[in-house]
Amino acid sequence: MDQIAAHQDNATGRDWPVAIYRTLKDFGVAQLSYVPDAGHSRLIKLSHADASIKTTVLTTEEEGVALSAGAWLGGERAVLLMQSSGVGNCINMLSLMTSCRFPLLTLVTMRGEWAEFNPWQIPMGKATPTTLEAMGATVLRLDNPDDAEEVISAAASLAYDGDQQVAVLISQRMIGRKKWTTETH
Amino acid sequence: MSVPVGTLDRRAAVKTLLADRGDLLVVSGLGSSTYDVFDAGEHPGNFYLWGAMGGAAMIGLGLALAQPKRPVLVVTGDGEQLMGIGSLLTVATKQPANLSIAVLDNGQYGETGMQLSHSGLGAKLDVIARGAGIDDVADIADIAGIESFRASLRDLKGGPRLARIRIATGELERALPPRDGAYLKNRFRGHLGFAVT
Repeated sequence: MDQIAAHQDNATGRDWPVAIYRTLKDFGVAQLSYVPDAGHSRLIKLSHADASIKTTVLTTEEEGVALSAGAWLGGERAVLLMQSSGVGNCINMLSLMTSCRFPLLTLVTMRGEWAEFNPWQIPMGKATPTTLEAMGATVLRLDNPDDAEEVISAAASLAYDGDQQVAVLISQRMIGRKKWTTETH
Repeated sequence: MSVPVGTLDRRAAVKTLLADRGDLLVVSGLGSSTYDVFDAGEHPGNFYLWGAMGGAAMIGLGLALAQPKRPVLVVTGDGEQLMGIGSLLTVATKQPANLSIAVLDNGQYGETGMQLSHSGLGAKLDVIARGAGIDDVADIADIAGIESFRASLRDLKGGPRLARIRIATGELERALPPRDGAYLKNRFRGHLGFAVT
């Protein structure tokens, strides 16, 4: 039901997760893996509700890199969702993708770059683009919700048709400030 | 806290495991497991890892999900599986019925000078696998056990399963399969009928 509703949505503004979902569907993505993340929560829910996408929760992000390689070996397209803090966990596993020229499409919600309240998120957030590029990945930015379909589509073509490892960094500004109902320290 | 006593010759164990393999697809973990699988017989349905330590079981999972009608076997070592120990939990969440994992366990890191692994220091991979949610777990110490495990691989409804195979320690002559990752990938996909684009 979620899937039908999603297709009827007008994918602009706050509906960018729906635009991403629809674009992934257009590209025939059959496997989605993720480490739970608030910014991706809607897309994760859409994926779980879609019987044609095998959705896998991971204990750590590099599992999803290896899973994507296995999916491709078996003839399926995969996408990996994570938060910027997970990019560092993937470094050595990215060697698998470059050594074998496996496609990798990963969508990374950024922390540590916009109105970040938690200083512990900042080092990995700052290092995210350079870390990915150091391992040979192409880094694209998604800063404007209205660009979601165009950017994800470009990234998917580059990954699945160009045999590249592609990360789309989704701006923390797009996701919004983390809201706290009570002050915590 | 001691090295598990294994007497199986790893090459003979893997040869037995892969005999009459039929349509079995195999992913081998970094190090000696890759040499063992190659030594048992070169095959386009083998995907040899020369890196990606800790990733063998997850590659097996992605493949098993994509190819539910083919049996998929991951052959790896205790050290490689320990580095990706969380992947056993992830495998269990998906319950891929066509996926089997064989862990060649000598309690040591053979490739780097026989340092004791956590398995060699007392961790029980079979117990961990059960705790992760993999119900079909075997602790194998002889060839008859491997033959029985091999027969179970053809049951595409019985997985996921994991076998801890107790092998002897000691270094063997290396048997080196191709190292070109793109070649291995394209060969494997070609075996499944996917054209190189």
